[in-house]
Amino acid sequence: MLWNALLLAFREIRRNVLRSFLTILGVVIGVASVIVMVTLGNGATRAVATQIESMGSNLLMIRKGQHMGPGQTSSAPAFDLEDTVALERDIPAIKSLAPSATDSITAVVGNASWATSVNGTDNRFFSVRNWTLERGRLFSASELSGGRAACVIGATVRKELFGPQDPLGSNLRLKQISCEVIGLLVGKGQSSMGFDQDDLVVMPLRTFQRRIAGNQDVTLIQVSIRDGESTERAKTDIERLLRERRKVAAGEQDNFSVRDMKEVATMLTGTTEVLTTLLSAVAAVSLLVGGIGIMNIMLVSVTERTREIGIRLAIGALEREVLMQFLVEAVTLSSLGGVLGILLALGASIGLADMLKVPFVFNGGIVLTAFLFSAAVGVIFGYFPARRAARLDPIEALRRE
Amino acid sequence: MTAATASAKNALLTWPRPASPEPAGQPLLEFRQVSKIYGTGTAAMRALDGVDLRISPGEFVAVMGPSGSGKSTAMNILGCLDTPSAGSYLFRGVAVETLSHDQRARLRRHYLGFVFQGFNLLNRTSALENVELPLIYRRAPRAERHARARAALAQVGLTGWEGHTPGELSGGQQQRVAIARAIVTEPSLLLADEPTGNLDTARSHEVMELLVGLNRDQGITVLMVTHEAEMAAYAHRIIHFRDGRVADDGRAGGPV
Repeated sequence: MLWNALLLAFREIRRNVLRSFLTILGVVIGVASVIVMVTLGNGATRAVATQIESMGSNLLMIRKGQHMGPGQTSSAPAFDLEDTVALERDIPAIKSLAPSATDSITAVVGNASWATSVNGTDNRFFSVRNWTLERGRLFSASELSGGRAACVIGATVRKELFGPQDPLGSNLRLKQISCEVIGLLVGKGQSSMGFDQDDLVVMPLRTFQRRIAGNQDVTLIQVSIRDGESTERAKTDIERLLRERRKVAAGEQDNFSVRDMKEVATMLTGTTEVLTTLLSAVAAVSLLVGGIGIMNIMLVSVTERTREIGIRLAIGALEREVLMQFLVEAVTLSSLGGVLGILLALGASIGLADMLKVPFVFNGGIVLTAFLFSAAVGVIFGYFPARRAARLDPIEALRRE
Repeated sequence: MTAATASAKNALLTWPRPASPEPAGQPLLEFRQVSKIYGTGTAAMRALDGVDLRISPGEFVAVMGPSGSGKSTAMNILGCLDTPSAGSYLFRGVAVETLSHDQRARLRRHYLGFVFQGFNLLNRTSALENVELPLIYRRAPRAERHARARAALAQVGLTGWEGHTPGELSGGQQQRVAIARAIVTEPSLLLADEPTGNLDTARSHEVMELLVGLNRDQGITVLMVTHEAEMAAYAHRIIHFRDGRVADDGRAGGPV
């Protein structure tokens, strides 16, 4: 019976190719948009996670004040090198830490200029943040202690200021100082969040403090935790130690913040996941609208084919055979829409992922779900018209012109 | 219900049809005081008023009468599309009004063929697929379906036209496709409702010759509604309906 119904349904769809195509267009678009949204959403989540991982695993960022947003000034005092020494000495879970002071400065080479982030720190910074040298060298001991003007630059700065030329040995002007490029960092790649990690210049902390900031402040301490140690525990220990050193009274708020990058990662991926769900829900509504489109056309089709249904009933079709034929027709149409939607979505996702620079993450689950949903749309919205067709009186139906 | 009628009923509803020939001496169709009343109370309309009628296997019967005479109602009941309000309609000895909706559909599927005035073919569907349709409902396998549909089309003289859609065929050809569709199942009874109503005289005579041939060579009982005396003359017997009753039921000498 099912096979028969399929045969009849296919003949019917073939008889009306254009109408069938227009009927399923709604489902095609609905299915495609759900899949595209989920795929791109998954890609964005993956991109955020990958990027945060590339910043260094088990990374804690200690800043003065309570907020980490940009442009926020805090009256809280900065850290100093004593703090970093104390942290390393008293907290065994710390594998390595890098004190830094940062500022946004326009770097100039010849006619080219580029606003970048300048980071005063020491060689530990590279290991804490998982940086590797492409060419050149890190800072020498004398450069660090002497506050010499030497710098290591990221891939973006290199591209913007030097183009195809070899920057090693050239000079870079930052405010009043001229700084020799001694090392080039391997690029980590553009991120999707509009935040480019490769856009940086690294120089010795002492150089930065003396010749750029004009003070002894350490504004950021980046800490990497030993493998197997609890980041949570280390964080609590650091907080306790710093409260003590910074003389924060009991009951008072911390005048610094310790951020676990894993926390940040969870927060950011959480945000993209919520957005994905939201957009998918909107897309799912369009799938529903597509279903109503199918019902509409099927109802029109039943009216239009009344006479034909009369013929079928007269030559011996059972009510349930007519019901099955129309139902199978609706399900076949909507499933066909689902398949076309999936193909469209895969093409669109690959293209869009490339355009938006997020990885293409194939999600078999959502493809299957979308397909099953489209078939279900056919059953739900096809049933009513099909029942209407099956209940026609053959005599009345045959009389209809 | 007696055991005999129960087994007759079962035989009627199973497929393949029992190999036994049409029961000799017994009518194929019988109306016993059949009435059909539409509406209720004072608005009630008696479309058929206590009609008695017997048609034997192998007959070729023309049904005539003005519109409103009850001939269409009678044809609907004879075609098992409708049931009498009173009285009984026996098809091969089985009371059709005792059958369910689905059982009547199966009876139509196994024993009846329909030809309509407006041809009623599925448009944008090839002649072959149109003729196959009743076989699909009978679940005939693909190869058998094709072979029988081709044979039926050959019988109506349409070999070579299998792939054409109704839009590409003339009226006479369309009606012949419709006849092929009606006979592809080898029915006991062919019901034709003004089969020549939409055709010119030459095509009408062709279609009538075809029906006469089917009746003569294959023993298919033919029941045809017409309002043209010229076409009715092909039949062995002409039944006139008037005001819901049989006004005249006479033998006719056809031109054949």
